[in-house]
Amino acid sequence: MTSENLVYLIALPLFSSALLMLLGRKADKWGHIFATLISASTFVIGAMEFFAMIDRPEASRAVTQKLFTWISVGTFNVDAGLLLDQLSIAFVLLITGVGTLIHVYSIAYMSHDKDRRRFFAYLNFFIAAMLLLVLGDSYLNLYVGWEGVGLASYLLIGFWNQKPEYATAAKKAFVANRVGDFGLSVAVMIAFANFGAVSFIGIEEKVGGASETALTAMGLMLLLAAVGKSAQFPLQAWLGDAMAGPTPVSALIHAATMVTAGVYLITRSNFIFDNAPTAQLAVVIVGTITLLFGAIIGMAKDDIKKALAASTMSQIGYMIMASGFGPAGYAFAIMHLLTHGFFKAGMFLGAGSVMHGMNDEVNMRRYGGLAKFMPITSITFGLGYLAIIGVPPFAGFYSKDKIIETAFNAGGLQGVLFGSAALLGAVITAFYMTRLMLMTFFGNKRWAQGSEPHESPFLMWAPMAVLAVGSVASGYLLYSGKAIVKWLAPVVDKNQHEHTEFLPPIVVTTLAVVAVIIGVSIAFIKYRGDLSESAPSEVSIFTRVIRRDLLQDDANEFLFMRPGQKLTQLLVKTDESVIDGAVRAVGSSALGSARGMRKLQTGYVRNYALLILIGALVALLAALAVTI
Amino acid sequence: MSGESALFWVLAPLAVLASVAMLFMKKAVHSAILLAWVMITLAIFYIALDAPFLGIVQIVVYTGAVMMLFLFILMLVGVDSSDSLVEKIKGIRSVAIFTALAFSLTLITFIARAELGRPSVGLDEANSGGNVEGLAQYLFSDYVWAFEVISALLITAALGAMVLAHSEKSDVARTSQKSRSIARFRGKSIATAAGLPGSGVYARNNAIDLPALLPDGKPSDLSIAEVLHRRGDVAESKSYELEGLPKIDDQGNK
Amino acid sequence: MNPTNYLYLSAILFSIGAVGVIVRKNAIVVFMCIELMLNAANLAFVTFAKINGNLEGQVMAFFTMVVAACEVVVGLAIIVTIFRSRRSASVDDASLLSR
Repeated sequence: MTSENLVYLIALPLFSSALLMLLGRKADKWGHIFATLISASTFVIGAMEFFAMIDRPEASRAVTQKLFTWISVGTFNVDAGLLLDQLSIAFVLLITGVGTLIHVYSIAYMSHDKDRRRFFAYLNFFIAAMLLLVLGDSYLNLYVGWEGVGLASYLLIGFWNQKPEYATAAKKAFVANRVGDFGLSVAVMIAFANFGAVSFIGIEEKVGGASETALTAMGLMLLLAAVGKSAQFPLQAWLGDAMAGPTPVSALIHAATMVTAGVYLITRSNFIFDNAPTAQLAVVIVGTITLLFGAIIGMAKDDIKKALAASTMSQIGYMIMASGFGPAGYAFAIMHLLTHGFFKAGMFLGAGSVMHGMNDEVNMRRYGGLAKFMPITSITFGLGYLAIIGVPPFAGFYSKDKIIETAFNAGGLQGVLFGSAALLGAVITAFYMTRLMLMTFFGNKRWAQGSEPHESPFLMWAPMAVLAVGSVASGYLLYSGKAIVKWLAPVVDKNQHEHTEFLPPIVVTTLAVVAVIIGVSIAFIKYRGDLSESAPSEVSIFTRVIRRDLLQDDANEFLFMRPGQKLTQLLVKTDESVIDGAVRAVGSSALGSARGMRKLQTGYVRNYALLILIGALVALLAALAVTI
Repeated sequence: MSGESALFWVLAPLAVLASVAMLFMKKAVHSAILLAWVMITLAIFYIALDAPFLGIVQIVVYTGAVMMLFLFILMLVGVDSSDSLVEKIKGIRSVAIFTALAFSLTLITFIARAELGRPSVGLDEANSGGNVEGLAQYLFSDYVWAFEVISALLITAALGAMVLAHSEKSDVARTSQKSRSIARFRGKSIATAAGLPGSGVYARNNAIDLPALLPDGKPSDLSIAEVLHRRGDVAESKSYELEGLPKIDDQGNK
Repeated sequence: MNPTNYLYLSAILFSIGAVGVIVRKNAIVVFMCIELMLNAANLAFVTFAKINGNLEGQVMAFFTMVVAACEVVVGLAIIVTIFRSRRSASVDDASLLSR
């Protein structure tokens, strides 16, 4: 079925963004309000569509809208079309809902910034691009939105680009994204070469006839794209630096929405991955490595935002790992994505609130004992903390628990390995999140001179409160009666086959809770008492390596940056000496030969007469040679 | 050995010798004489080759007119201007000799390899009506146009030579008699006011190499041409024979 | 006797004249060597007339003589003119076109 409303989801924020950019300073007074209203209106449209979708029978829940014929070249026909089905509506609600809350938050958070209007223009642009990404009905349409969010991320990370480090961070994010985008374009090419179509429905029809090699190749390329966008290993180094952007940006883009686009891509491409087991295995491996990587480097972070970023990297690792388990895991990946959107965004907003109250200090070593002075912040943050570590009955418990269960259910040695890795990740998550809570809100006060921590204004704590409600309730709501699984089944699990169980669910749940308790206890023991203002310097080699982010930047520099620089220098030198040298040699050889030939011009008539005689001799010899 | 070949083998080496010697002569006049010798040899060869008209023309025009013209110019330019045989441009001699040797060898090779396929015809038949008549046949029928053009060329050359050799009288303003007279009296000394005496006033003899004697008995250098001075051809004038002359006292009596 | 001998003589005289043009410095002597070369060519023409049996070679030689005469006239006039202003008849003086 078709709908006429889908286009407004994208057109409204896009229009608002363009309007705010074009009007410039004239819109400074009302730009933020206007942008927030537009964002709220997209949420309203999304909610309307959601309720209409629930009312429809399952088979006709998906709606499409064709906007115009985009490319029509020979046999290659791509329409600019939108598709809203059960999977996309979840994302639409998440993006518009959390997005609107963050718009509200930003009105207060950015109230002192003179470029606030530009910030809201970028935020709206991001909303439009992200909605295009999840609503696109073909890989090519998705790609447009993909690029759009990459651009929005660059603009927003480098929003305060007066500081060179922030601009460099934006560039780093964009370059890492670009590597992933290469994977997506190659995947589109493979799709066209093998299926003759790039739309999801078109490919799904033809996927049965393609070779497994082609499917594996496409799957791996899609995985590369997801790795770039979602900051997975090995393209994860940009996420920590992306915290240079304003906190609302970190909350919206680098916690709830953009970094989850990779998970969306893999889930949307389920028909590819389900027929390419090798690619699926690669997905699981990447997810597992990343969840451990993020957790480990989160243990040593003293910057509150960077600690949360590492946590995001790790949680998305969970989602990617789950989506690699096929139909058994897609629903849980999306569920974890949705719950993560609530609690992580809530925690980021809370971190922003703490920073707001502590004069933009980010070092947790300079926090301490803030619970008394910022009650609302600490309560909402605390609810998010309980959700992320997986304490029942909060949101994260349900989603993470199901992922660990799915990992074990993969069967055999693989299942045990992945499940154990997920459990270990849960231990470490509990550890570092408890550390973060203790260092920030409890313990001794280690504040800098002149700090007066205070609670944030209403426009800031109201969104945090709403998100806290989500952290508490969303898990239960999504899973009760297996609601999420049944909802998404028409998209990801068409055959509805039963999944095997390796361990009984209750065992897995117990193991998960035990892991949480272990992690929290270790953190309590270490960080309970009074802490020092600066990080201890006499630490083991492991701590040092972890503090350097497990050498991720060093590895990138060594493997790619330095060889790239050397290659550039070599090319420049080659250009100068070889190519320019050859050009110069042409000129200098002409000069040199001219200099030599100039010696013939002596000015003496007799010399010239001699030359004439020599010429005549040569002519005669030539004639003689011909006759011989 | 026929007469012609004897003629050839005697005169040809001499001609070659003469032309080689022409290159080495210090004085240009000697070179001119040697060249004249070569031309006469060539004239004899023309006659031996059944071209009597050309042979005579060679002597009359070339040796008689052209070489004489050369000698005239040599005289004008200066018989004493001799070429210094020191070569300033390095190496040009050896290169020139080598190149010319190669050139002549190549030419000789060419001539030796040329094959006509028939013996030389000889000019008996062509000269049957007489050499001059035969030439005239060609000149005034087939080549009359070239003939006319060459006559124009001769006239042009003569005119050109006249124009080139013409020396402009300098535009010194024609002085009037009054200004010349003033200049004379303002000269170096009043003694030159009357100017030089006319020729023959002090001459002792008709010969051009006997100098005139000035009133005090000294020979006057002004009375002999410069060339003779340079050549050292000035003879000695006998000075005045004063002994045989009657003595005159102050009253004018003998 | 073989008229080809005259051709050899002509070649030798021509080469000697060529050497003379290059080696001598006095302009008039150079001119005389050029005359030598022209005469050598004339000899060749007349010999060819005898070999081929018609008088066209002699006509050619005749014309050459006339042209040579004109050329001598004008050339010597030029030399005289140059000598009047330069006071020297050396060929090497006109070396202004060198570097």
